[in-house]
Amino acid sequence: MPMRRWWDRAQALAGAPSLRGVGVCAEDWLQAARDVAAAGGRLLSLWGSGEPRDTESAAIYAAYLSDLGVLILQLPIERKTGDESGDYPGLEEIFPAASRLQRAAFDISGVRSSDPDRRPWLRHGKDYDFVRVDGEGVHEIAVGPVHAGTIEPGHFRFSVVGEKVLRLEERLGYTHKGVEQRFTELPILEAHRLAARVCGDSAVAYSWAYCQALEGISGCVIPARAAWLRAAFLELERVANHLGDLGALGNDAGFAFGLAQFSRLKEELLRAVSAALGQRYLLDAIVPGGTTVDLSPEAGRALANTVRKVCEEATELRAIYDEHSGVRDRFTGAGRLAPELAIRLGVLGLVGRASGQPLDARVDLPCAPYTELAVSKVVQSGGDVAARVAVRFEELAVSARLLERMLEGLPPGGHVENIEAPTDGTFGAGLIEGWRGPVLIALEAGPGGSIRRCHPHDSSWQGWPAIEHAIIGNIVADFPLINKSFNLAYSGVDL
Amino acid sequence: MRPEDWLTQFIEIVAALAAAPIFLGWVSQCRAWLQNRRAPSLWLPYRNIRKLFHKEAVIAQNASRLFRLAPYVVFGTMVLAAAIIPSMGTRLPLVVSADAIALVGLFATARVFMALAAMDIGTAFGTLGARREMMVGFLAEPALLMVIFVASLLSASTALPAITEHLATQTLGLDPALAFTAVAFTLVLLAENARIPVDNPSTHLELTMIHEAMLLEYSARHLALMEWTTALKLFNYACIGFALFIPWGVATGHIGPLGLAVAIPTLAVKLALAGGGLALIETLCAKLRVMRAPEFLATAYLFAVLGLLVHVMLGARG
Repeated sequence: MPMRRWWDRAQALAGAPSLRGVGVCAEDWLQAARDVAAAGGRLLSLWGSGEPRDTESAAIYAAYLSDLGVLILQLPIERKTGDESGDYPGLEEIFPAASRLQRAAFDISGVRSSDPDRRPWLRHGKDYDFVRVDGEGVHEIAVGPVHAGTIEPGHFRFSVVGEKVLRLEERLGYTHKGVEQRFTELPILEAHRLAARVCGDSAVAYSWAYCQALEGISGCVIPARAAWLRAAFLELERVANHLGDLGALGNDAGFAFGLAQFSRLKEELLRAVSAALGQRYLLDAIVPGGTTVDLSPEAGRALANTVRKVCEEATELRAIYDEHSGVRDRFTGAGRLAPELAIRLGVLGLVGRASGQPLDARVDLPCAPYTELAVSKVVQSGGDVAARVAVRFEELAVSARLLERMLEGLPPGGHVENIEAPTDGTFGAGLIEGWRGPVLIALEAGPGGSIRRCHPHDSSWQGWPAIEHAIIGNIVADFPLINKSFNLAYSGVDL
Repeated sequence: MRPEDWLTQFIEIVAALAAAPIFLGWVSQCRAWLQNRRAPSLWLPYRNIRKLFHKEAVIAQNASRLFRLAPYVVFGTMVLAAAIIPSMGTRLPLVVSADAIALVGLFATARVFMALAAMDIGTAFGTLGARREMMVGFLAEPALLMVIFVASLLSASTALPAITEHLATQTLGLDPALAFTAVAFTLVLLAENARIPVDNPSTHLELTMIHEAMLLEYSARHLALMEWTTALKLFNYACIGFALFIPWGVATGHIGPLGLAVAIPTLAVKLALAGGGLALIETLCAKLRVMRAPEFLATAYLFAVLGLLVHVMLGARG
């Protein structure tokens, strides 16, 4: 059965544009996954619902991204006690990214896939079975979760011969804090604040995705001005993060000049954002129904001027990065993720676009105001650090152009609309292209304005396994640079 | 030996110990300025050493005696090296204990102890750093020896003070042989002192480190000594460079108070310029891939050999 049939069978869901959902049985679950893969679709997210000790009303969900839109499948699960074959068919063979998602779903919701890898992912405590590489001269280097610098915790197990990496295995979950559980304890109209804090550097993307889902299921239509403001916030977040990354990438190549310059530019931008909107990182800029802040024409112009200036300077710095032989030598060819491999691994977002995957939700599945804006997709096919740097530089320019239009052409009207709590049992999802990639938030309302289930998904889930492949054959000393070029979320996937 | 010579010797050692951290601080300052950053205090390395001396030493359970001993051995060799490098005067009583070739041996001794201590605990990083350090070392030492041979051939001696005295009393002029070797020496200096482009002294990324990876297990007074050694090594290399390539201003002959009065400010000026130059190189360069370090040092060796060839050719003509 081709993909189209599943799409036609599914019903439209509220929230993100082109979003549909359908309940399936176990055989259909597997068949649908095969059909999606055959049609070139990707696994966007996978999550479970139900408590680990709960024997009823458990379900597993999969969200697929295809040309048609986002298709969410729901498979109700009858938990088999004492059965080792698993509660539902695993998708690892079809979508490699499913493996860790399924393990995380088991840790959180207690629903087990039939796939062979059953090591806990988020649940730490017992010893973890790393895959061992044997052979003459092979030795292991264990790095983290405590590092020599103050950086995010992640454990990396390298198997190396001399300097050459044969295998890398990641172990994450050190920043697990029970976000999904916490969501269910919050009123649905206030949980956007938690959503903004799931992954601090993508606060706008997460809070917008949450609000999109919520507004969808409560039937609230936000004013046009609010949508434009949100898009401006999102692009500001993208510019700020890209600037920070470009500096950090220079620094990791031993080119501290880059760090100093890009840090300065990022700081200038953040100060301008703070002056115009009252917050540096826009953690509380988006609320259900609209935005907390409005932008006066003067403030908009001032902000637009800063953005223009910052992006012009970034263009000058790009010339330095491009012409510096030492930096070029470090960037070119390091950590190559070939386009074929990127397809196989289902990589999304910025990392995907640097490996020839032209996926950008702002263009493919645009919500307002992106439907009115011509966003140009940035795609590079190199797949190495240099390509990921180039994508960042080019996206800076695209965002600067967008911001110029947004900040000076905001539609008139109010910036926030009243919103009512949705009725019990309604289900929707929001999808926003953050700076890393698409952020999906699936939301199910509970009784009396509560949340039954809220699952935030970061595209880093798809990116982390890709690093394990990109590093193979590189030297171990290049890992920090390669890792930084991906710059994936820890908090966003540890939940 | 006259008593003044012992006084010179004493002042030289004390000056090296005192000036080395400031020199390191100066390089950091210049680097910060060149990168448009606000510079840290000149005294920061001192404060750091002082802080570390006041801390309680934490040592891994499986550390052997070698691990505790290494900082003292390494520090001692660097102090001895400082004693035989003519940074201010050339009449140094301790010079009889080691010539320039033995000096290379002293550096090698320090390196061996550091590498052994790094491997002693058995962590992956220490071993990784030690292995990389030995790779850099075994390529840098021949290049350094070649540099010294050229200078020795010019002055018919392997004792550094004699070389300096000979070169300082020559008429001012550019010797092409020395010009080539000066380039070679600069490259060796960068590699041996864990500076960019070979290593990054300010990195926090444990997987990319060479020198810093070997120090990860050290703390408190041991770390203080190791850091002081690092500063002293850079100072020593700078002074070797001055002794070979810009010896003017060093007090030759038996030194009086007047000689020192000239030698000390001259040294300060040279250090200031060298520090600025080093910071400039480090700002302009990115760090090389670790596997490119051999190419870098091969270039150094090549330059030193070119210097030697030029000397032989010019010598044959003259």
